[in-house]
Amino acid sequence: MMLFMLLFSRQGKLRLQKWYMAYPDKTKKKITRELVTTILARKPKMCSFLEWKDCKIVYKRYASLYFCCAIEQNDNELLTLEIIHRYVELLDKYFGSVCELDIIFNFEKAYFILDELLIGGEIQETSKKNVLKAIASQDLLQEDETPQSFFDDHGLG
Amino acid sequence: MAPVRGDGMRGLAVFISDIRNCKSKEAEVKRINKELANIRSKFKGDKTLDGYQKKKYVCKLLFIFLLGHDIDFGHMEAVNLLSSNKYSEKQIGYLFISVLVNTNSDLIRLIIQSIKNDLQSRNPVHVNLALQCIANIGSRDMAESFSNEIPKLLVSGDTMDVVKQSAALCLLRLFRSSPDIIPGGEWTSRIIHLLNDQHMGVVTAATSLIDALVKRNPDEYKGCVNLAVSRLSRIVTASYTDLQDYTYYFVPAPWLSVKLLRLLQNYNPVTEEAGVRARLNETLETILNKAQEPPKSKKVQHSNAKNAVLFEAINLIIHSDSEPNLLVRACNQLGQFLSNRETNLRYLALESMCHLATSEFSHEEVKKHQEVVILSMKMEKDVSVRQMAVDLLYAMCDRGNAEEIVQEMLNYLETADYSIREEMVLKVAILAEKYATDYTWYVDVILNLIRIAGDYVSEEVWYRVIQIVINREEVQGYAAKTVFEALQAPACHENMVKVGGYILGEFGNLIAGDSRSAPLVQFKLLHSKYHLCSPMTRALLLSTYIKFINLFPEIRTNIQEVFRQHSNLRSADAELQQRASEYLQLSIVASTDVLATVLEEMPSFPERESSILAVLKKKKPGRVPENEIRESKSPAPTSITQNNSHVNHNNKLNSNANADLLGLSTPPANNINNLNNSNNSTLIDVLGDIYGNNNAAIYNTKKFLFKNNGVLFENEMLQIGVKSEFRQNLGRLGLFYGNKTQVPLSNFNPVLQWSAEEALKLNVQMKAVEPTLEAGAQIQQLLTAECIEDYADAPTIEISFRYNGTQQKFSIKLPLSVNKFFEPTEMNAESFFARWKNLSGEQQRAQKVFKAAQPLDLAGARNKLMGFGMQLLDQVDPNPDNMVCAGIIHTQSQQVGCLMRLEPNKQAQMFRLTVRASKETVTREICDLLADQF
Repeated sequence: MMLFMLLFSRQGKLRLQKWYMAYPDKTKKKITRELVTTILARKPKMCSFLEWKDCKIVYKRYASLYFCCAIEQNDNELLTLEIIHRYVELLDKYFGSVCELDIIFNFEKAYFILDELLIGGEIQETSKKNVLKAIASQDLLQEDETPQSFFDDHGLG
Repeated sequence: MAPVRGDGMRGLAVFISDIRNCKSKEAEVKRINKELANIRSKFKGDKTLDGYQKKKYVCKLLFIFLLGHDIDFGHMEAVNLLSSNKYSEKQIGYLFISVLVNTNSDLIRLIIQSIKNDLQSRNPVHVNLALQCIANIGSRDMAESFSNEIPKLLVSGDTMDVVKQSAALCLLRLFRSSPDIIPGGEWTSRIIHLLNDQHMGVVTAATSLIDALVKRNPDEYKGCVNLAVSRLSRIVTASYTDLQDYTYYFVPAPWLSVKLLRLLQNYNPVTEEAGVRARLNETLETILNKAQEPPKSKKVQHSNAKNAVLFEAINLIIHSDSEPNLLVRACNQLGQFLSNRETNLRYLALESMCHLATSEFSHEEVKKHQEVVILSMKMEKDVSVRQMAVDLLYAMCDRGNAEEIVQEMLNYLETADYSIREEMVLKVAILAEKYATDYTWYVDVILNLIRIAGDYVSEEVWYRVIQIVINREEVQGYAAKTVFEALQAPACHENMVKVGGYILGEFGNLIAGDSRSAPLVQFKLLHSKYHLCSPMTRALLLSTYIKFINLFPEIRTNIQEVFRQHSNLRSADAELQQRASEYLQLSIVASTDVLATVLEEMPSFPERESSILAVLKKKKPGRVPENEIRESKSPAPTSITQNNSHVNHNNKLNSNANADLLGLSTPPANNINNLNNSNNSTLIDVLGDIYGNNNAAIYNTKKFLFKNNGVLFENEMLQIGVKSEFRQNLGRLGLFYGNKTQVPLSNFNPVLQWSAEEALKLNVQMKAVEPTLEAGAQIQQLLTAECIEDYADAPTIEISFRYNGTQQKFSIKLPLSVNKFFEPTEMNAESFFARWKNLSGEQQRAQKVFKAAQPLDLAGARNKLMGFGMQLLDQVDPNPDNMVCAGIIHTQSQQVGCLMRLEPNKQAQMFRLTVRASKETVTREICDLLADQF
């Protein structure tokens, strides 16, 4: 089971965090700080896996973003890399050539997509088509809504 | 600004842009505070806030929280959104709840109600949203509220596939926190049969759930094995086009395959049925065969997915450990990976091979790759891969290749990364002992270890070599000769002096015939190192010298001279002083016979398993291959961590109180008792404790509540002393850092830990110190403190530095509690009680009753109070046992009068502490500081 997933930039800015285990906020911040420092210090050709505390860390860099997952000792490292890749593919498909800014400005979407891919730290749906279908049907529900926001934002929002 | 999609909230995007444009952290905080104030006022004042606005503000709050700021409101508004009929509002509500779960019980009930409604929705999108939220929160509350609904959703025929998938994983999440949620009975087979579901997504999710259930109750779920094997077999033999979208880069259903392979690893043997086993083996072979096929794509995703399945199959093969053919094939496959271009594959192959090396079927096969593995250890760029290679070498070592592997590891150790040296030293020590046929080789290896990586040789390792030499007669002469030679090196590690001292003290006579190592030469050689050594080693050498007196009576006067030296006989170190004076007396008073008895050779150590192995296991739980020393011929230390000189050893062996003081021989030497007229057992304690656990830091700041100067902290590397003085509301502290080691401590950096908020009450300024603390040197750091207002607790400093390449860190509380700013006030009984009565308001009193430290010590308590800073007033309280004090705390803003009374209850062995002060916080703070201190 995946314990958590962190997305952070080359500058060490956290862009997304998803915790599948309950940690106190303080611990979360500490873990994040430690991992960001550790991973940013690693060189490009190094192994994508590292032993860390009692779990394993799997990470990969896509453009300016690092995707970093903690998994349990028995979990499969290579396949975790591919969970990351699948998530990147989904973001890419959804946003159309996703970039860091998309994730910053639409962080809630990034969460929604992740929730369709993983639940409770386990993979829910591996089919790209099916996940996109689920997201599309969410968006469809939204489009039914009156675009009231339009007025608000241009006047009194 | 980045594009905003469909339902985008423009206000949110503007806010995010603002934050991104902030030039400094301060600007960001300012912008956020402005926004928080705005949202708070909207939530409070504007009753007409519509759903969209609520959504937007809740989303902003979420963004602020994710930036790392605390959010303490907005939960109610988020919960409101849950029941919105607009999906996007509902979704944001759920997201907020999932990220900022609050155990506030009122809200939880509302949340649960909303989830219940959504679970009943006919729209699967709503149901899934609710399920995701349950899984994200995953609390006991959730499990209790939905223990009926979710299992039903999972197995019901009406449920849509997408919902089933979510339900399976949601149930798994709840099962992890509340295992009783899973219904038994008929549910078991219905859950197992999800493995046969048409929909691959459902099977994938269900397999995760079943894996967890099997772990808890393997027998009940045994039926899943057959289904899993046949499902796996179908996937593996499917062509990649068969599974359509569940094929990932030409690999059919890699996630499901891996999960099924993991599921099967819960059983051993996987199955008793011959037919099923045959099918499984066939499947595993197919996976191995496919690994040999040319790749269908050059993409790394293809190779990762394919190899993920392969590695998991190999895990299953290793786990079963019953099919020699498969084990050998797995090993060959991994061997190929050892020289793969991908670092990841090399790393995993090394790791997997560690397990293969422990199987009797594949051990020989693994050994064929020894050369490549040695190369990996030396050449890999990534230290974690090199480390894995070391692990594998350790695992593949046996009697046949031990000498070569140990030699290679020793060679590598000279340049190895600091981070893995200590572990490597342990590994080399274990292998050398385990596979030694010729113990001279063993002695050479350990002495080499000390020479190459002395700093990383722990006590366990050098104790062990001494024990082995003592127990094996045939190696004693060789050991004496070798250490003698090793000690001749101009610079030799202190651990070498320890081993050398001990061994020569026991067996120096075996080489004394050679004029080059005549008694006096041995003694002079050892003593030439004496002044460079730590007190602990010196103490050991003193014991060696007294043993020399027995072995070589001709050099008695030379040795007595050393005992008599001022630096020993009057040493500031009590242990050295005691040894020097007792040994000197012993050498003067005792007859040759008595000396010979007392200083006889050490008896053999009882044979036991090596404790070095235990150290290694502790360092790497789960990662030490089962390379146990089973037929250990060698002895083990009895209580290694406590003992560090042969004088102490025997005390622990015969741990009765009458054990001879020097512990050098078996017969209880009563004559020694008479020699020094002191209580035997207490002395043993002194000997045992003084250098006992030298890793433990001496660190007791509590006593600094009552004093201003002394040693604040001490461990084997560092000593920190403190001197401080206080006047009115100002204080000055000098911290003295002493480097106790032989090497400089670099990146030396003390950092004050005292929050900005706390600093408003006590302002502490610290002068910077040089980043390098030279060997044996002491530096001083000045701190000034200004008490602006009373405060609780005291600042800490965090000290970090590098010692021999390893990062060290300690936190130490500074002796800067608020009582330091007390001015003692003298007064008579009359005015004391008048003031006491005046301070009788609820906020002016604090009281605590606590158990006294055993035994109740009134004089000690008085002493402490005198150091606390208040005036201890005599003849005020009618009961002479009671202690009353008065004082004024000086802060910049005000002076706070403070009275205190401490009443002992001798019968109950309790104290009652009462504090009265003109300020509420002071009352509490002083009461907290003093409680439990007596």
